[in-house]
Amino acid sequence: MGTAGPSVELAARESYGKLLAYLAARCGLDVAEDALADAFAAALERWPVDGVPRNPEAWLLVTARNRALDAMRRRGRESNMLERVARATQDAQRAFEVESPPQDDRLGMLFACAHPAIAQAVRAPLMLQIVLGLDAVRIASAFLIAPATMGQRLVRAKRKIVSARIPLRVPQAESFPERLDAVLAAIYAAFGQGWDDPTETDPRTRGLAREAIWLGRLVAGARPEEPEASGLLALMLHAHARRHARRNRAQAYVPLDAQDAGQWDAAMIEEAEGLLARAARANRPGRFQLEAAIQSAHAVRRLGREPDWDAIVLLYEALLRLTGSPVVALNRAVAFGQSCGARAGLEALDVFARDPRMVNYQPYWAARADMLARCGEAGLARAAYERALGLTIDPAVRAYLASRQEEMIDADNLARKRIRVP
Amino acid sequence: MQYIFHLFSDEKGYAALPEAQRQAASGAYMAYTQALKDAGVWVAGDRLRPVSESTQIHVGTDGKTTVLDGPYADTKEQLAGYYIVDVPDLDEAIKWAARCPGASHGTVEVRAIWELPVPA
Repeated sequence: MGTAGPSVELAARESYGKLLAYLAARCGLDVAEDALADAFAAALERWPVDGVPRNPEAWLLVTARNRALDAMRRRGRESNMLERVARATQDAQRAFEVESPPQDDRLGMLFACAHPAIAQAVRAPLMLQIVLGLDAVRIASAFLIAPATMGQRLVRAKRKIVSARIPLRVPQAESFPERLDAVLAAIYAAFGQGWDDPTETDPRTRGLAREAIWLGRLVAGARPEEPEASGLLALMLHAHARRHARRNRAQAYVPLDAQDAGQWDAAMIEEAEGLLARAARANRPGRFQLEAAIQSAHAVRRLGREPDWDAIVLLYEALLRLTGSPVVALNRAVAFGQSCGARAGLEALDVFARDPRMVNYQPYWAARADMLARCGEAGLARAAYERALGLTIDPAVRAYLASRQEEMIDADNLARKRIRVP
Repeated sequence: MQYIFHLFSDEKGYAALPEAQRQAASGAYMAYTQALKDAGVWVAGDRLRPVSESTQIHVGTDGKTTVLDGPYADTKEQLAGYYIVDVPDLDEAIKWAARCPGASHGTVEVRAIWELPVPA
């Protein structure tokens, strides 16, 4: 039967996190992970022969539960702490009997992944693995990390969850807002991974954008009263709505202001706008709502209107006060250049000229080159394009920057000729 | 820590490109090399002559030397160039390797250079 492979894959996407959360709460993350992996392996073996079960999730749960109990019993026999393990096994068995069907504990697992005791850089990869079941190789590629290194980091983080007993649940009210921020930041990190600037220029999604949106939906769905959760989802949907417009038919890169707004995903934008409006009613502005509002300001082009650059500058300024991020400051300068002219934008960018964080930051050089070109400084623009070119990963963006650089060389030559022949 | 990037690509494919595209490719390499230098991580880097001009040398256990013309193995991608960079760790090396134009038209292999023990 050819349908089993995709069925197992679909079941994995829908059920992996739910089942892992359920099992982990009862027999620990380490046992749960192995048992669930065994159950999926069994599904890949059995389903093509026996057919896909009517309730794939229940099939997987029963299989994984039996494997987990087996593993715990085996561990009990091998261990010299026989009694304690036996009791834990019984407890797990009783817990399985009492509670069925499984409740959805995935939100609790997301909070465990973004726990302050887990290193920040590994939070997003951890979510992708234990809530969505992605393998380390795929995660490693998206994060530009060697697979062996990523594998080690994930193993270490999971061991920490088990050994430090990081609770797999949504935290208490007093620490909730701060912990929610960490969860949202990690989801956004997964969304923007590999992008120098996820919302503006670089079209690569490396396939993780959909997964991150899925996680964003999980949080926003479970906590509709949290405006930042809705804000993050709105932000990701706005950015993702433009995914097809970022390349033309020849697969060449198209910058945001040159994109055909007719190619933007209208339904996705509508959903984002609805989420943003709902978030705004809570009257608790935050980082993600502001970023989503900026995307929303760009999205008016689908209605045939030009973006209100003054408003965008103000939104970036509010965002800057909140985050202090140099990337936000850079984007503010770019917006300022749109609202007050390229010369003013260039002056705003000059603030960063000595900032060591910008030395290898591609969007800084690309923005600088663009601003210089608009000021008619062809020679300086050419050099800045060269710098941006050398820092670019995406071949389509590289080709775009090279053609812009070419234009600058021509313009520069023309200018020199004019000077020579008055 | 020093890393060497081995740039593997299809020599024939490159030779078949129209002149304008070849020029764009060489411009991209120049920009990349400059970016490595501006970042202070560049140690060395060169493009290699075609693999057809290579020579294989082997000395057998009997002391007999064999010298052969041409490539060692007939594979689709050949070693076309290299860079040596000095960066703090593998994560940083991978970041730079991804920016190399060779990573999009071929494959870049990142290998750590064995560090000699510091003499006491």
